[in-house]
Amino acid sequence: MTTNTSEHGAVPFWRDERYIQIIAQVIVVAALVALFYWLIHNLLTGLAALGIPLSFRFLGIEAQFDIGETLIEYSRNSTYAQAILVGLLNTIKVSFIGIIFATIVGVIVGIARLSRNWLVSRIAAVYVQVLRNIPLLVFLIFLSTTVFHKLPRVQQALALGKMAFLTNRGIYTVWPVPAEGWNVYKWLLLGSFVIGVLVAIYFYRQGLRTGRMPLYWLWGFLTFLALSIIAWFVAPGAPLALDYPYLAGRNFKGGQSLTPEFMAILSGLVIYTSAFIAEVVRAGIQAVSKGQREAATAVGLTSFQTMRLVIFPQAMRVIIPPLTSQYLNLTKNSSLAIAVGYPDLFAVGSTIINQSGRAVEVILITMAVYLTFSLLTSLFMNWYNRHTRLVER
Amino acid sequence: MFRKPLVILLVLLAAVLVVAACAGQQPAEQPAEQPAQEQPAQQEEPTPAPAAKTTLEVVKERGKLICGVNQAVPGFGFLQPDGSFAGFDIDFCKALSAAIFGNTDSVEYRPLTAKQRFTALQAGEIDVLIRNTTWTLTRDTELGANFAPTTFYDGQGITVRKDSGITTLDDLEGASICVSAGTTTELNLADQMAARGIEYTPVVFETADETTGAYLDGRCDAYTTDKSGLVARMSLFPNPEEHMILEETLSKEPLGPVVRHGDDQWFDIVTWMVFATFTGEEYGVNSQNVDDMKANATDPNIRKLLGVEGDMGAKLGLSNDWAYNIIKQVGNYAEIYDRNLGPNTVFNLARGLNSSWIDGGLLYAPPIR
Repeated sequence: MTTNTSEHGAVPFWRDERYIQIIAQVIVVAALVALFYWLIHNLLTGLAALGIPLSFRFLGIEAQFDIGETLIEYSRNSTYAQAILVGLLNTIKVSFIGIIFATIVGVIVGIARLSRNWLVSRIAAVYVQVLRNIPLLVFLIFLSTTVFHKLPRVQQALALGKMAFLTNRGIYTVWPVPAEGWNVYKWLLLGSFVIGVLVAIYFYRQGLRTGRMPLYWLWGFLTFLALSIIAWFVAPGAPLALDYPYLAGRNFKGGQSLTPEFMAILSGLVIYTSAFIAEVVRAGIQAVSKGQREAATAVGLTSFQTMRLVIFPQAMRVIIPPLTSQYLNLTKNSSLAIAVGYPDLFAVGSTIINQSGRAVEVILITMAVYLTFSLLTSLFMNWYNRHTRLVER
Repeated sequence: MFRKPLVILLVLLAAVLVVAACAGQQPAEQPAEQPAQEQPAQQEEPTPAPAAKTTLEVVKERGKLICGVNQAVPGFGFLQPDGSFAGFDIDFCKALSAAIFGNTDSVEYRPLTAKQRFTALQAGEIDVLIRNTTWTLTRDTELGANFAPTTFYDGQGITVRKDSGITTLDDLEGASICVSAGTTTELNLADQMAARGIEYTPVVFETADETTGAYLDGRCDAYTTDKSGLVARMSLFPNPEEHMILEETLSKEPLGPVVRHGDDQWFDIVTWMVFATFTGEEYGVNSQNVDDMKANATDPNIRKLLGVEGDMGAKLGLSNDWAYNIIKQVGNYAEIYDRNLGPNTVFNLARGLNSSWIDGGLLYAPPIR
């Protein structure tokens, strides 16, 4: 009886829990929207009162300043939009490379910290405790001023034969550049790669059929390597030439160079973030029950095999979510690059703010870009997380 | 499972629309403000803010002036070891305080980096910006700033190591040059190098300390900023005699106080504060003889300046002895210059363009009458 009446509206809707929930949410959203509206309205009227209304037209104007490190063509005649793109690409460059190296270092340190070797685990523990407890900005300025700026000057460059030079203007190394045979060779290289992949797939299929999985990726890679070496000699003329760095005037020219600013921000981000990643990895490994390791040892796996085949795959499901946070942190922390002189998005944005006076607009763009980076990283890592998640029994 | 979230989503959407509609109506009472995206919105003056307090009222009520300054350029704006500020720009903050309050201590100094300064000014964090700031068209218009008369005519220069063999700009081919972020120097450098077809690498740091640090470590072949700044920073170098400033001047850098758009009275006060120091020098009124002049001067120009006749102070919204206080407590332009940059200082900068027009310089104040 009671259930019947309540379903037919005997209980007024303001006492019905289902409605209360919805109404509460509506009120919260309305309040939030009103708050944001009020904030934005405030901003717009404030700017209008100052005679500088919000406008993105400045993006099409010539930037008129130079940027030290660019991945794309850029000069002082380029537009502000292109300057922002230069900064954005520099941010992507340092974040992407940073994430890769931080992961490698972090995993090694994290595993080392669990090592039964006393010295190895102590060193790893000190690494983690020291580095994650120094503020990143302090660490970056330390790296920049006491490490990279204190490298030898150009005239006294530390040379590795003709191959590489270490100076406080950067590291210069010999670098392959396309030569006469490159046009033919690049297609041969592509062909070798395709064949290599096909070989790998063949061995993988065979592994599935026979139940004894060969090292299919190794076979694929060796095929690719062998074919590309053969192709080198088949190609008309040498496909690649070596571009040696040489001292021209005040700086080195030629070859490949890494500026001290880039190295300072990259090494700072990698070392700092790897300390956190090491802890994440350690936590993940320790979350795998002891029985798994004992069982793996019992069936005769070596300790490396145990780690690779038993422990790590299970640890991954614990590791990935916090690892994603660390990746996001690294990307966002790259905005500290301005402190060491690396022209990332934020640094270029600072200059633009000062030259164009468009502070609000530039900050809005900067925030939107970092948000997009972070969301894309999250998206990828969430996809990877679903992919590697073990099916629980 | 799917129905409930969908219902909630729809309800939320409706709520958003309702709120947006309500919110959208409010500003409709003030027409031509909200939906004017396509038209040139700048031309339409927005409805004036409801008679807000003027800057002068705010400053007087607060009991002190907030002055945006530099803390890293000796001679202009420098934080001294005892925690006080000193320098050429600082003295103009003091002069403004003297004009308003009759004493030089009612100032709060707010040290700002080059890129913070305009935002701080726009946001009303500071009342006046006196931080070796170059007057340019863009800043005057788009940054919403008003420039008071130039107090220091400067030009951008380049410091190099003497043993580097660089003597002219053209020797800088292929060089790395250290610059501070957010200054006109970044643009001047790009302009000059493009005009001469010189290839170079700018290395941009956020503060003057980082910039000179990188230069001293040899990261850069050269360091560029305004020439006065170069002289000032060189006085801090460990071995100043190993460095030199190139002859060439890259740009015009008129430096002076800056205020926000929108308060003409405040702009007038800052403008005439500067003119008062010029006028003082022009008529030979200085902090030593100002009392004597006030009592005995017969020249109407001096009598008006010192508030003996006329009501010049009242016209500015100040007391009539505003200029007397400036000159008595801070000094005229020559005294301010000599105290901070003159022959008795480590900088020993020649007056050059920064002389009164009587001596062939550019300092020329309109009559105070």
